[in-house]
Amino acid sequence: MTIAIEAENLEKTFKGKRQVRALDGVSFAVEEGTVFGLLGPNGSGKTTAVRVLTTILRPDGGTARVLGNDVQKKAGLVRTIIGLAGQYAAVDENLTGRENIQMVGNLNHLERSFVAQRAVELLRQFDLTDAGDRPLKTYSGGMRRRLDLAAALVARPTVLFLDEPTTGLDPQSRNDLWEVIEQLVDGGTTVLLTTQYLEEADRLASRLAVLDHGRVIAEGTPASMKADLGATVLEVGLSTIEDARRTGAILDALGPHTPLVNGTFVEVTVDNGPQAAMLALRNLDGESIQPTTFNLREPSLDDVFLSLTGHRTEEDEEGTADDGPPDGKRRRRWTRRAEQALPVATGELA
Amino acid sequence: MTTTAIAAPTVSGAPHGGGILTRARWVVSDTLTLTRRNLLAITRIPEALFFSTVQPIMFVLLFRYVFGGAIAVPGGLPYVDYLMPGIFVQTVAFGAVSTSIGLAEDLQKGLIERFRALPMSRGAVLTGRTTADVVRNVFVVIIITAVGLAVGFRPTTGALSYTAAILLILLFAYALSWGFAVIGLSAPNSETAQVMSFPILFPLTFISAAFVPVHSMPSWLQGFATYQPVSVTVSACRALMVGAQVTGHSTWFWTSRSLVWSVLFLIVLIPLAIHRYRTRT
Repeated sequence: MTIAIEAENLEKTFKGKRQVRALDGVSFAVEEGTVFGLLGPNGSGKTTAVRVLTTILRPDGGTARVLGNDVQKKAGLVRTIIGLAGQYAAVDENLTGRENIQMVGNLNHLERSFVAQRAVELLRQFDLTDAGDRPLKTYSGGMRRRLDLAAALVARPTVLFLDEPTTGLDPQSRNDLWEVIEQLVDGGTTVLLTTQYLEEADRLASRLAVLDHGRVIAEGTPASMKADLGATVLEVGLSTIEDARRTGAILDALGPHTPLVNGTFVEVTVDNGPQAAMLALRNLDGESIQPTTFNLREPSLDDVFLSLTGHRTEEDEEGTADDGPPDGKRRRRWTRRAEQALPVATGELA
Repeated sequence: MTTTAIAAPTVSGAPHGGGILTRARWVVSDTLTLTRRNLLAITRIPEALFFSTVQPIMFVLLFRYVFGGAIAVPGGLPYVDYLMPGIFVQTVAFGAVSTSIGLAEDLQKGLIERFRALPMSRGAVLTGRTTADVVRNVFVVIIITAVGLAVGFRPTTGALSYTAAILLILLFAYALSWGFAVIGLSAPNSETAQVMSFPILFPLTFISAAFVPVHSMPSWLQGFATYQPVSVTVSACRALMVGAQVTGHSTWFWTSRSLVWSVLFLIVLIPLAIHRYRTRT
């Protein structure tokens, strides 16, 4: 097994009004030709890790290597091996899609004729041929991301860094992008992907590391993580707090996972959704408890966090110097998905 | 996609990190690539191009026909001949704000993040921007020359002298570009970059010899108003375009001082801008 990307004890603290320890001893290794997922909420250090690995940011401590090359000592060489695309779709609004690709190609010092031919290829591959000569201002969000990725591929990088490639995209665009990434991996490219979506990591990554406050709090295959977590989340809404308490006790008997009771809502992760649901309904009926809502859903990253750390992800962490455009300070409530399914205040539940 | 692993051909054919000559060639080619990009951007926003042309024309009309009548010029020189050198310098100075806005925008939008992960020359983001400014300013001085001639501006010193004045303006504008690059790299966003630029620009362009004779100002202001960089460059251009008699000193007196300011700016501001670019995270 060859290691393509290696992070060893990376440390980075952003000084400012509030000191932020963005990386607190992060280590992981990515095998060549695979997709590695860095999973975590805003402010967990994902983007900072990517910036260090792509030579953009100098770490305070630790080392990182890409295909065996130290990213600080051999930054110039590393930059010829890697491609970077991300959530900010770092492309020039005023240029056309083709001009953007060609600009990046030229800045990679590739032969002009190769760049021109590569632009045609990439526009076709990313379904942008018709839009290729239109300014980016006319592109949709999904098209921009595709172009951003296309530009990252001009020099045929063997190692690709994707920083939240699908954040903010609609489901269709997200699916399209996933397919492209899968094709690249089939072609032998190594991919490091950061994401806030468990679903995305599950679909693409063969290994995952979960980051929280600049530390790796869990690492493994998506399957092993889900096994630890339980495959499905069962949520029951009741009309009174007393009913919720009694429901908690009933659901506790379903399996190894402990239910959480929060106000009039109860949730529990279960290994077999339909079976657990039937059993739960039967037992609730036996106790004459009438639920107001009853849902089965996929576990979210929030559930992973809850099970790993005992706390929910903090909403909208302030002053995260990393996970935002360098200056834009775009903030997102990344717990959105969990909240839709569970309309109660998130907080310290355990 | 089965060809991903095949390395793309580089221009030099040599692995990166090669000799000094290769590196020098990359500095030039990267600068040209980004100059082209910045110039293309100007042509893609015709509204911005239109209004940035309209602004100096309005200044010309305003001072020529509204304020000009109230401003007494020594030596009986027509006010329009006094005014135009000032308009040239004021316009390129105002135009330099776009350098700070453009860089701040590139930082904000994550474009510079992408550039930092490319094997390109580090300084090209700045040299590409300032070189594009020079090209833009060549167009600006052509347009202003045309506007000036249309409202009665009559340079009297000959083509050579006029060209020397234009070159002096372009050099001064280039030096200013680096200053505004520093501002753009220091600002948290493009709006702030713009707001930060004007407190510097206004005193420089208006407490100057650009529009009114300095001797009409209070005496405590005259020292600054006479020898600050914009004034010195305006006086040099005035001497080179319509003759030195109105400026109170010889052509060389002003030209040499303008050159000193420009060179001084470049010596200080280029390293400062590069340092800012490097340390900005």
